[in-house]
Amino acid sequence: MTNDEIRALILRELRRIAPEIDADTIDPSVELREQADLDSMDILNWMIAIHEKTGVEIPEADYARMATLNDCVSYLSQRLK
Amino acid sequence: MPNLRNYETERDRFSWETARRALDGLPGGRGLNIAYEAVDRHAAGARRDHLALRFLTKRGEPRDYTYSGLRAATNRMANVLSGLGLAKGERVFALAGRIPELYISALGTLKNGNVFCPLFSAFGPEPIRQRLGIGDGRVLITTVAFYKRKVADLRSSLPGLRHVLLVGDSREIREIPQVLDFHELMAQASENFEIAETSPDDLALLHFTSGTTGMPKGAMHVHEAVVAHHMTGYFALDFHPDDIFWCTADPGWVTGTSYGIIAPLTHGITSIIDEAEFDAERWYSIVQNQRVTIWYTAPTAVRMMMRVGTEVPKKYDLGSLRFIASVGEPLNPEAVVWGQRTFGLPIHDNWWQTETGGIMIANYPALAIRPGSMGLPLPGIEAGIVRRQPDGAIETVLEPGVEGELALRPGWPSMFRGYLNEEQRYRKCFAGGWYLTGDLARRDADGYFWFVGRADDVIKSSGHLIGPFEVESALMEHPAVAEAGVIGKPDPTAGEIVKAFVSLKGSRAPCEELRDELLGFARKRLGAVVAPKEIEFIANVPKTRSGKIMRRLLKARELGLPEGDTSTLELS
Repeated sequence: MTNDEIRALILRELRRIAPEIDADTIDPSVELREQADLDSMDILNWMIAIHEKTGVEIPEADYARMATLNDCVSYLSQRLK
Repeated sequence: MPNLRNYETERDRFSWETARRALDGLPGGRGLNIAYEAVDRHAAGARRDHLALRFLTKRGEPRDYTYSGLRAATNRMANVLSGLGLAKGERVFALAGRIPELYISALGTLKNGNVFCPLFSAFGPEPIRQRLGIGDGRVLITTVAFYKRKVADLRSSLPGLRHVLLVGDSREIREIPQVLDFHELMAQASENFEIAETSPDDLALLHFTSGTTGMPKGAMHVHEAVVAHHMTGYFALDFHPDDIFWCTADPGWVTGTSYGIIAPLTHGITSIIDEAEFDAERWYSIVQNQRVTIWYTAPTAVRMMMRVGTEVPKKYDLGSLRFIASVGEPLNPEAVVWGQRTFGLPIHDNWWQTETGGIMIANYPALAIRPGSMGLPLPGIEAGIVRRQPDGAIETVLEPGVEGELALRPGWPSMFRGYLNEEQRYRKCFAGGWYLTGDLARRDADGYFWFVGRADDVIKSSGHLIGPFEVESALMEHPAVAEAGVIGKPDPTAGEIVKAFVSLKGSRAPCEELRDELLGFARKRLGAVVAPKEIEFIANVPKTRSGKIMRRLLKARELGLPEGDTSTLELS
């Protein structure tokens, strides 16, 4: 998967959980929870969905390393190699 | 040594008059004020330089307030409110994360004789508008970001909201019409303030909670509640003078006010407040680095820590902890056992609700825990199991192990004194000399209480009560929606999640796009914590012949359970 494909996938899954999010206004270098109204259950569901779509195991201890969109992409791209 | 060593002895010798004497009262016999007991009496005494509140910013930097520092800040706040011309009893609302300004606002509001009402910062505009409207908020204290996102568009619908004080960049605030700069006003205000005469029965706090039907209810609490805050901190949370206490609850909910602000301060101890959202590693590092001794948290947080596993906590020194308590929903026995394994300490469940103002039933440090039980009533609290008879009479269930409604004998100081402007709804909570809690429970032969479920359709998600009617009303505003029925769907982490069943108007067909549209629509209005997590389309929302949504039937279907008595179902 290319980084662009990963980005598209995680945004698609995010929008299934929070369809009100306008992907164009998200700053990929700023923490997602600063920009969008997401609670802990949303984050949990999002991570589970990403796992189901990519097969990448994301231990909960790693959630903090996926706080921004850029972090998410680099985390997943490393594990999808 | 635990404060409560022998349960029976403490219960026998307890009286509220004695509990009241643990507090000072306003100087010169001018009454009782929560903020004086929490702040001023310590600031004037030996604890003046003791750390009262330590805030940890999202980046982990501490912002400290000693008791004397907190007195100065809350005096300024009281002067700001008095300068705005607020009359006694008028409501001051706050919508903010766990930042110092929120805590200072709460205490300053109480000093000025106003009523403090916290709003959970994750609420969307609709719950905010309703609560500010019902509570007739005169002042709102919030941040620039929350104001722009959630409040600015509501101003015209809230004529009673006279002043909005913003925390944030002062240049940015100057550009916004109809608002004031919180820090500018604070800087101009004096550090000296004398609390005016306060009757123990004067209103102090307003906490909104949700019922099955109708809009949110504002539970009113008085200054005398501080007697219960103080006493329950002593017995149920076992506060000792050198404790470092961390209540993880947000002040947007009653736990975050009664125990996140008031109770630890009345004991003159140190509270840790973390501004960031839940993160297991961060939490463990806070316990380690701040040397937290007493931890008060919630089952959802415990279950989230459990998901992270047992290896992560091993990296931290959690040896400072001596007591852990949990509230919000029953703690499953696995979580109690996990706590024992991870911290070497059991997690002590306790039970109370917005209306009770403070902990009513608890597992105590000196007593063996019964995993899954909410524990024994506090000294001064009489609890029972009752049944409402069809004729309205109340039957007390004395036989152990039999399920009924959990009830409390009225009269404890932090009991709510009404639902704002809803006398009828308040009266319905009392019958046969009991306050009826709406929770179903049973009592075992040794007097321990066990939670069974809610007697009504209110949803409990991550420990927060959500009224199905509020969610249904928001969904019904969408032009495609004909009817909506909302239930709590069991969830292993959150306890329950909000699930909506929606039927569509004739011309619309169910599809994924419409599901997403409705989900986004509800989230924008209600906020992520109140909006549904799942939406399912159904042909008809089941209703009784009198038009009431049969949420129980929806729930039974969701769970694959027998549908029970459907004799009143309207067939359409």
